[in-house]
Amino acid sequence: MLKRARRLWAWLLAPAVLMTSYQAMAEEVERWKFNMVEGVTPVSREIYGLHMQMFWWCVAISVVVFGIMLYSMIMHRKSRGVKAANFHESTALEIVWTAIPLAILIAMAFPATKSLINLYDASEAEIDVVITGYQWRWRYDYLDEDLSFFSNMSTPRDQIEGFEPFGPHYLLEVDEPLVIPVDTKVRFLITAADVIHSWWVPAFGVKKDAIPGFINESWAIVEEPGIYRGQCAELCGRDHAFMPIVVEALPKEEYQAWLQEKRAEQEAVRQLTEQTFEFEELYDRGRQVHTQWCAACHRPDGTGVSGIFPALIGGMAVGPVEDHLNIVVNGSRGTAMQAFGDQLSEVDIAAVVTYQRNAWGNNMGDSVQPIDVFNFKQND
Amino acid sequence: MAHGPAKGLSRWLFTTNHKDIGSMYLWFSFAMFIIGGIFALVIRAELFEPGMQIVDPNFFNQMTTLHGLIMVFGAIMPAFVGLANWMLPMMIGAPDMALPRMNNWSFWILPFAFFMLLSTLFMPGGAPNFGWTFYAPLSTTYAPESVTFFIFAVHIMGASSIMGAINIVATILNMRAPGMTLMKMPLFVWTWLITAYLLIAVMPVLAGLVTMMLMDIHFGTSFFDAAGGGDPVLFQHIFWFFGHPEVYIMILPAFGIISAIIPTFARKPLFGYSSMVYASASIAFLSFIVWAHHMFTVGMPIAGELFFMYATMLIAVPTGVKVFNWVATMFRGAMTFETPMLFSIAFVILFTIGGLSGLMLAIAPADFQYHDTYFVVAHFHYVLVPGALFSIIAAVYYWLPKWTGRMYNEILGKTHFWVAFVGLNVTFFPMHFAGLAGMPRRIPDYHMMFADWNMISSVGAFIFGASQILFLYIVLDTIFRGKKATDRVWENSEGLEWTVASPAPYHTFSTPPEIK
Repeated sequence: MLKRARRLWAWLLAPAVLMTSYQAMAEEVERWKFNMVEGVTPVSREIYGLHMQMFWWCVAISVVVFGIMLYSMIMHRKSRGVKAANFHESTALEIVWTAIPLAILIAMAFPATKSLINLYDASEAEIDVVITGYQWRWRYDYLDEDLSFFSNMSTPRDQIEGFEPFGPHYLLEVDEPLVIPVDTKVRFLITAADVIHSWWVPAFGVKKDAIPGFINESWAIVEEPGIYRGQCAELCGRDHAFMPIVVEALPKEEYQAWLQEKRAEQEAVRQLTEQTFEFEELYDRGRQVHTQWCAACHRPDGTGVSGIFPALIGGMAVGPVEDHLNIVVNGSRGTAMQAFGDQLSEVDIAAVVTYQRNAWGNNMGDSVQPIDVFNFKQND
Repeated sequence: MAHGPAKGLSRWLFTTNHKDIGSMYLWFSFAMFIIGGIFALVIRAELFEPGMQIVDPNFFNQMTTLHGLIMVFGAIMPAFVGLANWMLPMMIGAPDMALPRMNNWSFWILPFAFFMLLSTLFMPGGAPNFGWTFYAPLSTTYAPESVTFFIFAVHIMGASSIMGAINIVATILNMRAPGMTLMKMPLFVWTWLITAYLLIAVMPVLAGLVTMMLMDIHFGTSFFDAAGGGDPVLFQHIFWFFGHPEVYIMILPAFGIISAIIPTFARKPLFGYSSMVYASASIAFLSFIVWAHHMFTVGMPIAGELFFMYATMLIAVPTGVKVFNWVATMFRGAMTFETPMLFSIAFVILFTIGGLSGLMLAIAPADFQYHDTYFVVAHFHYVLVPGALFSIIAAVYYWLPKWTGRMYNEILGKTHFWVAFVGLNVTFFPMHFAGLAGMPRRIPDYHMMFADWNMISSVGAFIFGASQILFLYIVLDTIFRGKKATDRVWENSEGLEWTVASPAPYHTFSTPPEIK
């Protein structure tokens, strides 16, 4: 708090400091982000152009209107001994100040219409990615590539709660970024599984609502390789602030290599289903799964949030295994508890159920194997 | 004529007097303004720096939701109804409102609505946490149980607004003094007449919307549930069909107030009276055909996007006419700058800034970047705080001597203005920058790149909040200790309300005045 207060002072003294060194000024400008990013796609640059054009029109209008007001306030005050005029009507003036704004608006409508038509043309895309919003994570499905994964925020809870210093990408980092190639038209097909979310990457000029039951489309041709960050833009419940978007744009060959590697990785996870695990292995893996997937609602220590998110100490976690599996796999309709059957691998479901049945004094002593989860899903 | 107010509590419970009811509306709205303000300060305290320090994210969402609902339905709207109750009969030379018993009822159901809404804070699962726009399915399938009480509270508020609006229309159309033709009415009367029609048109839409939610939650329908064949986007269309006219409901009466105050202190008649009337009517008409500009990112077909973009841009024309007329009224006047005038000039400047950012938001492609960011938060706070709220405060300073028969303390009034003016700009101007830099709205925690703007906003918010305590002191000080005010109060005030004594007697215009 103190440090921040000092920064505030530094800002107040900034003009003097800025004079002294160009370097310092560059850093200050970097820190005080105050305008829209120009971005790295043709669309985002077009939007930026419209934004600036509109901004300068607003400045011009302000200068004229506020200028006349200020002039009046200085010159036409009673304390200067002026006598008030008595005019109160002029049809000519009314027509003039109806016509001029109308002309400005028409002048702006043309480029805006042109941009919008361009922006809405998602045809002839080379890659299609289905983006699904969940409370509170994103799923990316590469159509035609048999590849799909979830993207979770990876900022540790300790940073959020102030036990650790912030990392450089605090709240804007994920475990698995969306990866796309540069110079390629990528179409995003955007939907949601529970409530409405909104997929927004400022550098692409793409913001589209993810709505259950609808598939919206948007697109981007990214021109520079790099990592681009965004956030969910539509209030979607408790952890709305904690479902960032990270997109990595790779050169085309590297993208192909990434695809190969990613597919092999997913195949390896599928094979884990057939293995049998020791209790400790499941318990440790389960703790990680719990932290990443369950702790946002049920808290890291399983105590939940009174009245909304049930505690996992006792209750279901010490009942029959089938009931526990059922609620994790199929969710609980009408509540915030989602169906995790398609979101988590068999191994992870087995691990987290094992963990929850044995952590925080639950001590059931039993464990669930991936194959049990597989069979449960088959019979379900 | 010696019929005065009843004694004790029954005076307030059973009163049918427009002045008593007006005062109760104003005090009620001030209480709600303080409560809504406290919620805003909880939000700003949490956002003072990155990281979660004070509240849980779920409670933060309850605060943003209740702050919006309380300020819109509890503070701004009842304050305007209170001003209408006090001033409309006196401005048109009528003895009271047309439907006095309904007037009593439309006020007295309000405290129950807000008591119920606030009680949700103490219910298991907490208060509504889905934003004041309560988009389904977050507000239906995924809502806390208290949503049902929220729905009932909205029903009651709606009933109150509809009754109030009917009363105002009936009063203005039937009870004007002989000779007071429509085009001789003060602009505050005109803008309230138009506002009342807007209320009658859209409050039932809101009631229908929350009833559909109620059905979805309790009776197994699927209006907004995609899994049952419903449509979450339908919710937004209905909400904003109510919501956009609602925005003008909160600003049209403000236009009327400013059009009364600026001529008084510029000592010059209002410029372009008839164009002001036509501009207000045009704004009201346009308000019904622009609603989907709140929904540019839901994936409407391009024809819809273009229509709503053009229609929205068009609103700038009549709004511009109003601003130009006010400036022309000031031009070559002989101005003095008493507190109501200061608030009114700040209104014109800052509302124009809010209008210009609205024009930027109207450009659909650019809105894809602005939508749901702090840029939008900055925009609507610039039209609501120095817009609607400043006009209400200006009106209180302007008419308080008429109501109480006593003058407020001018030095304290000006202090209130300057502290509030600085506080609000320090609070809301940096939000433009945070939004453009990419900060989404309704988040309790954010990346460090937004930290500086947020810290400044939080400091400003506490300054602004403190200035309102001074406001309360000034009003109480006026009532109990103010110097005696003259009947005309201001040097150049025009209108029937200034022809009666200060304080205005309990019954005014029992015999209609002569209008020349």
